[in-house]
Amino acid sequence: MKHSPFPGYEAIRRKGWLAAHKWLLLRRFSQLSIMALFLVGPLLGVWIVTGNLSSSLTLETLPLTDPYLILQSLAAGHIPQGTALVGGLIVVLFYFVVGGRVFCSWVCPVNLLTDLAFWLRERLGLRSASSLPRYTRYLLLLATLVIAFASGGIAWELVNPVSMFHRGIIFGTGLAWLILLAVFFYDLLVSRRGWCGHLCPVGAFYSLLGTHSLLRVRADARASCDDCMDCYLVCPEQQVLRPALKSADNSPVINSPNCTNCGRCIDVCSLDVFHFGVRFDHSNSSRPVTNQTASPSSGV
Amino acid sequence: MSSTPTNAGTGKRNQSRRRFLLELGRSTTGVTLLSLGIGLYSQQSASMPTRAIRPPGALDESEFAAACIRCGLCVRACPFDTLDLARLGDGVTTGTPYFTARDIPCEMCDDIPCVAACPSGALSPELEDIDKARMGLAVLLDQENCLNFQGLRCDVCYSVCPAINEAITLEHIPNTRTGKHAKFIPTVHADACTGCGKCEYACVLEEAAIKVLPLRLAKGELGHHYRWGWEEKENAGSSLVTPDGEHRYNLPSGKRYDFAGEGLLESGE
Repeated sequence: MKHSPFPGYEAIRRKGWLAAHKWLLLRRFSQLSIMALFLVGPLLGVWIVTGNLSSSLTLETLPLTDPYLILQSLAAGHIPQGTALVGGLIVVLFYFVVGGRVFCSWVCPVNLLTDLAFWLRERLGLRSASSLPRYTRYLLLLATLVIAFASGGIAWELVNPVSMFHRGIIFGTGLAWLILLAVFFYDLLVSRRGWCGHLCPVGAFYSLLGTHSLLRVRADARASCDDCMDCYLVCPEQQVLRPALKSADNSPVINSPNCTNCGRCIDVCSLDVFHFGVRFDHSNSSRPVTNQTASPSSGV
Repeated sequence: MSSTPTNAGTGKRNQSRRRFLLELGRSTTGVTLLSLGIGLYSQQSASMPTRAIRPPGALDESEFAAACIRCGLCVRACPFDTLDLARLGDGVTTGTPYFTARDIPCEMCDDIPCVAACPSGALSPELEDIDKARMGLAVLLDQENCLNFQGLRCDVCYSVCPAINEAITLEHIPNTRTGKHAKFIPTVHADACTGCGKCEYACVLEEAAIKVLPLRLAKGELGHHYRWGWEEKENAGSSLVTPDGEHRYNLPSGKRYDFAGEGLLESGE
């Protein structure tokens, strides 16, 4: 396979630009419209969603609460009263089905920032030799709970770029942009996919939440993969692809809890190797489907 | 990769173990340093600036840090835009609600919408009567500039108090400057003051003479063994310690006291 000028080049040529950006566009739409739902209240006085990603109330009825915050609150010694527990349970159930890190790629505002940093990094051809291992985020997740326990407060929230960004847009940033700038330049200059892919304990928490999630990206048509490497180049968690794509012993389901279900691999694959599906590997029934999706003529 | 073919396997294993340990060391060091920073910062941020007042029903500051999930629903629920959500650099723990009485005081809504909106119980649902809120305590700090203390009848803090004649009363004392008037001293009573801050907001001075302070600053506390003698006496019917003797004055030599109003005088006068 000849090397394409940029990842997705071949997909655009074969499927057209729109089809080769379908999931990316949907994802940006999701991120921006969630932000808009929170913003029309304070900006226009139309209160659809009140609060922020830490805890919110939709149409004055549906409570949603970040379960990671509840966990930290518990570690700090407070048992939440009121709607927080119900709200947390709803969020847990939702991500249990669609995949925990769907939060990262479809909701979290920091993703816009780190995707921009990544894009710029690729455009400028910046390379760095070293980065922290990806399990650092789990160490940091553990550390945030230990600090909460030791200090008796939700200390991580003092510096958490995720909630700070979202809260900042809705309630005013203060100096929070400094922390976001730090995240941006860390991703741009220090470590490839450094924040979301290696450090963020929020993402780490949500990955654990989605360990057994139903919705998964599947590489059912992996037989037609021509090793163009485009999916590896765009994937924010490259390590999740290989087991499903390249090892015939494994199921074609991308089972890693760190797959963010962003769908970018589906976009950039010119041979339609990937598609969204469920985690259960029913090999007998999946084969015919494989053949269908593998045929280049079929649309997405 | 300099291993000879015979020990290539072991060499590779050693190398990957070495790399693993190195990585583990690096990430653990990074996380520990970061945690240390956050932990120390959290200790720092535990002290609220004195101008910042928590909403009604807020748990003690130490519990509040564990309970408040920084969602801002109380801020949105406040009909008077009193509450603000702290931004990074404000001096108040980022993302937590507070208000500044001199800017917008608490209007003490009967239905306490901020408490009703709180999803976590950081604003305790046990507060059902806003008059029982204890956001802080008003203290008349500056007697040198308070107009009433000069004998003028400003009375504004008293007049605007939602618990007038209970939380703030006017106590008469003689005006020694004129010799013939009374001063009406605004006097705050902790058993009724909610700390809403309307007095501080309304104070006519450039800088308010009366301010709402956090309870920890505003209130003293008796030694737990301490008893008021007169209360004990009333309860017991008589003095508990020494029987009451005839009262004697113990004036410095060469002084006498005039009960007609002249006060302390030289013996010869």
